[in-house]
Formats: sequence, C-alpha cells, structure tokens
Amino acid sequence: MPYKGRAHKFGDDINTDDIIAARYLNTTDRAELARHCMEHVDKNFIKKVKPGDIIVAGKNFGCGSSREHAPIAIKTSGVSCVIAASFARIFFRNSVNIGLPIVESTEPSKRIRKGDLVRVNTKLGIIRNLTRKESYRIEKYPTFMHRIINAGGLMNYLKKRIK
Amino acid sequence: MGYTITEKILLKHTKTKEVRPGEFLNVKIDLCLGNDITAPFAIEEFEKLGLKKVFDKKKVVLVPDHFAPAKDMKSANQCKILANFAKKYGVKNYFEVGRMGIEHALLPEMGLVLPGDLVIGADSHTCTYGALGAVSVGIGSTDLAAAFVTGECWLKTPESMKFIFFGKLNKWVGGKDLILHTIGDIGVDGALYKAMEFCGETIENLSMDDRLAMCNMAIEAGGKSGIIAPDQITLRYVKSIKNPSAGSGFYPAKSRAKRGERSRGIKNKPRRGMGKFYSSDKDAKYSAMKEYDAKKIEPLVAVPSLPSNVKPVKALKDVWIDQVVIGSCTNGRISDLRVAAKILRGKKIKSNIRLIVIPATQKIYLEAVREGLAKIFVEAGGVFSTPTCGPCLGGHMGILAEGEKAISTTNRNFIGRMGHPGSGVYLANPAIAAASAVKGKIAHPEEVI
Repeated sequence: MPYKGRAHKFGDDINTDDIIAARYLNTTDRAELARHCMEHVDKNFIKKVKPGDIIVAGKNFGCGSSREHAPIAIKTSGVSCVIAASFARIFFRNSVNIGLPIVESTEPSKRIRKGDLVRVNTKLGIIRNLTRKESYRIEKYPTFMHRIINAGGLMNYLKKRIK
Repeated sequence: MGYTITEKILLKHTKTKEVRPGEFLNVKIDLCLGNDITAPFAIEEFEKLGLKKVFDKKKVVLVPDHFAPAKDMKSANQCKILANFAKKYGVKNYFEVGRMGIEHALLPEMGLVLPGDLVIGADSHTCTYGALGAVSVGIGSTDLAAAFVTGECWLKTPESMKFIFFGKLNKWVGGKDLILHTIGDIGVDGALYKAMEFCGETIENLSMDDRLAMCNMAIEAGGKSGIIAPDQITLRYVKSIKNPSAGSGFYPAKSRAKRGERSRGIKNKPRRGMGKFYSSDKDAKYSAMKEYDAKKIEPLVAVPSLPSNVKPVKALKDVWIDQVVIGSCTNGRISDLRVAAKILRGKKIKSNIRLIVIPATQKIYLEAVREGLAKIFVEAGGVFSTPTCGPCLGGHMGILAEGEKAISTTNRNFIGRMGHPGSGVYLANPAIAAASAVKGKIAHPEEVI
C-alpha cells in the first residue's frame, strides 16, 4: 500500500523525549499521546499535520527510550510513514511491531524538503517526490519483517501463529 | 570462524545451528521485564488475546519504578494495571512500592539475571545486565506482550564492536567516565544496532557497580547491548547474592525463593546456580575495535543536550547549577552513594542548591542508612528519597523549572529530559555531582576534598 502526503522535516538524533516527553507517559490513551507528538522540537506539529503526512528525518531517529508511545503518538497523529537516514533500533522494532511503516534510506532523507508531496511504495521499493519530480530507490523489508508488517503488527502475526 | 560472547549466548537460545550478524533469529528468553510506563500497553495487547496464562510465571518481572510511588492519579492507574495483572496471572516477580527499586539495579541484586542469560526488557536501559555477561536488550511494549505469550522474541543478530581499555583508572574516574568517554568518541549513533563488548585490563579490574554503569549507557551510543565477559568479579558478585549476609534478605520470600525455603532459613537462593560463563573466541569477528588508554581519561561531564557532548570537568568554568541528582539505574548503587558521601561528609551544600539523593533499591537504601551515608546527605542539606526513576526522565521528585540547570548522575541529557524544555542537564559521575553540590557550580572533586 502506497503512502502519500506532505513531508515534515526533522534533523538528526530526534530522540523519544522529542517525539513524546516522558511527562506524558502516564497514560495509554493514544489520542492524548498524539496531542503532544513532536512538541519539544515543533510545538505546532500536531496543528499542522494532516492524515497521510510523512515525517522525513536525518540519522538516528527515535534514539533514547524504549517507549512505544513514540511510534504510537506518531501513528495516531495521522502520519502514514516515517523516512529517516537511520533509526534507533528500539524505535525501529516498535514501529514494525505496531505496524507504522518506516523507511531507512539516506537519499530521500536528504533530498526531500519540507512540504514536498511524497508517495512511498514499500512493496515496489520506491519513493516518488511529486513536488520535485524525483524518484528514490529504497530497500524492501526483509522477509521476516514483511510478514509482521503484512499481518498488521506483531500481535496480529502472533494471533495467526497460535491459532 | 569463532563467535563473540554475544553470538554464543544468542546461539544457545535459538534452534538454529549457527548465527551470523544481520540474520533474524527467534530466541527463547530467560526473563522479560516491564515497568509502569511500558507494561500497561503490553498488558493491554496481551489481554486482547484472551489467554489464560503467561508463558512462565517466574520469568515475567514487573516493576513500577518510573512514576512510583505513584506521582498522580494517572500514574496510580498505570501502577495498578501492573499489580492487577500480576495477581491475575500469578506473576511471581512483581515488586510493589516498599520492595521495589529501580529495575536495572533491582534485578541483578535479586539474582534474577545471571551470566549467560538472554533477557529482554521494555526499557531501553535493559542493556545494563550485560555487565553480568548476559545478553540483555531493550525492546518495546508489543515485544513484551508477545513474550508474555510465547517466551520468545525476534532479534537481529548484532555485529559486535570491541572496546579495549588499558591502564589504571585515574582518581575520581569510574565506569561512568569510561562510558561517557566512549560515547563522546563514537557519538550517539556510533554503535547503532551493535553489541558493545568492553574488555581489557581496566575492565578486568573494574567493580561490578562500575560495570553496570558502563553497560547501562550502551544505549546512549545506539548500542543494542553492552557486554562484559564474566570473570572472578562476576563470580564474586553472583555468589554474594546467594549469601544472605550480603544484606538482601528482607524481600518477601515469594519474590526470591519458595516460601518453604525461606521458612527453613534458606534465603536468597539464585534461580539457576551461578549462570553460564561465556567468552569471545580469539578469532571472533568485530565490525570495529577501539582502544582507550584509561590513564588519559579524566572525570568527564556530558553537557546538554546529548550524552556525546563530553568535556573534561576541568574545562567547564563557572557553570552554575540549581540542582544535583545522585541516583538512577546508572549511578544509584551503594558504591556511588559511598563516593558521594565521602565528598559531602561534614560539608554543607551551597545554600541555593537542591541536592536529591536517590538510592536505587530498598537494599541500597538500608545499607546507606546503616553506613551513615543517609545522615551525611541530610546533614549536608540534601534530601534522601525512596527508590524511583523520578527526576531522571522528568517524571517527579525534582523537576527543573525553565532556565534551570542540573548536574546529574543519570544517563540522558536530552532537551527537557528533567523538566522544562528550557532547562539543561549535565551528566557526570557521583563524585563530580557531590563536589558540584558543595561548590554550587560544576566542580572537580579535588576542589572540595
């Protein structure tokens, strides 16, 4: 399934406190978490973000804590996909596990500008920058991970296995 | 081709015949951990499946430590979710306030993690237990939920990086400085997805508390895990847990040993003997090797807002501070409190400073009271708190106001980590933190002793 939306740009080493500060973690209410998404780095992010939008960041996105609240806040805010030059590993696996599509690739991370209209196709391994009329090749997910994502996350994958 | 210690432990926990970096594995775990922030999501996911039991009641650990003792009603609800779950499914290792401690200090102290184990924890600092020669990795809530069901976890076999430390430690330098030096050198993503193996004569002579502090911060370099091959120091540590005279005998029997055993006076028996001691083969493959001369490492401080912004404490002039925090899963152990007390003994902290000392567990708390350390902190003008992660993550027990600065023995100094986004956190070892409390500004321990 392709993901299409406007790009929101962030820099390197965006940590989990930037994505959702620890003081908001005393709840599992997804909508409430989303209200504080990216607050430390862009106070108005949650006002600007539209369903389908895409986060484009530099290296080591999601570094810091193991809080799944981070990808949950991003997903619930309406973001359809996160593209970064690299991801911190726990954020990466949390995203896979909850079914938030993420793409690790340097070229789109550098080339895509704020506000660009972008279409990501993880199945074909290609990103189209519709604003700049550019394409970027991306690696497809490893089979193991593809199975989890296709199932809609780890728990759904597990449900099929234990049945 | 030989294996690293990490590869050997992973291999031991999987059905596959060999492991290679980059390959995905399904591993059997020895223990899984969640806290009051991460476990509620895991429990929510687990309960959706409608199962009657967890994979193993003894291998699930739940510790309300982040916002506990509950700081507000919402946190109280989160903690209650853990307590109810533990009760409903008979989870043996649930640690209520009064018995709990900061999870990464508590678990080794309780003998719940042993050398050779494979541990996953829904907390990024789960990498701490690598100090015992275990493979221990941080995961998320959904991973934890899956582990509750299967006792398994998917992992990518990491490449290993070798960090060799040689030479004797300088005075006032500890595990915290060694790891800050490392992070300062390789950066906050310098070990991304990798296992960080610490070795060399400096490490071989390093105390367990310092080893735990080092492995604790592997994640701050992006590491999947930190690990130190078990040796005599590890053996002594594991044995000390078995020994009731070491002082950890007052936890409820059900959390450690069977009730019958306690009533017969056999306390603190570790689950599975002394664990299994693995070491890396001589021809094991590493993606990178780094050598550091410990003699060249001075007491260090990571200045805002990344743990890699490392400077010698002597390079920081007139950095005035408002608060000092000594505690956390990095440096809240008894030897950390001893070092801080040594500096603060008979002194008063600067009048405009808040000093917050947080022993990481109840055992450490009691030791600090018995040894007179608590008295030293209070008489110096500080507070001595019940165990909690509290201020480290800007949770409670010492939140910073706008524009305030703190020096802290914790592990992260991201923007707003300890409170207002306009506040700042400096990371350092307990000696520097204590000296800074006396001076009112960031100071080298030599300046006050």
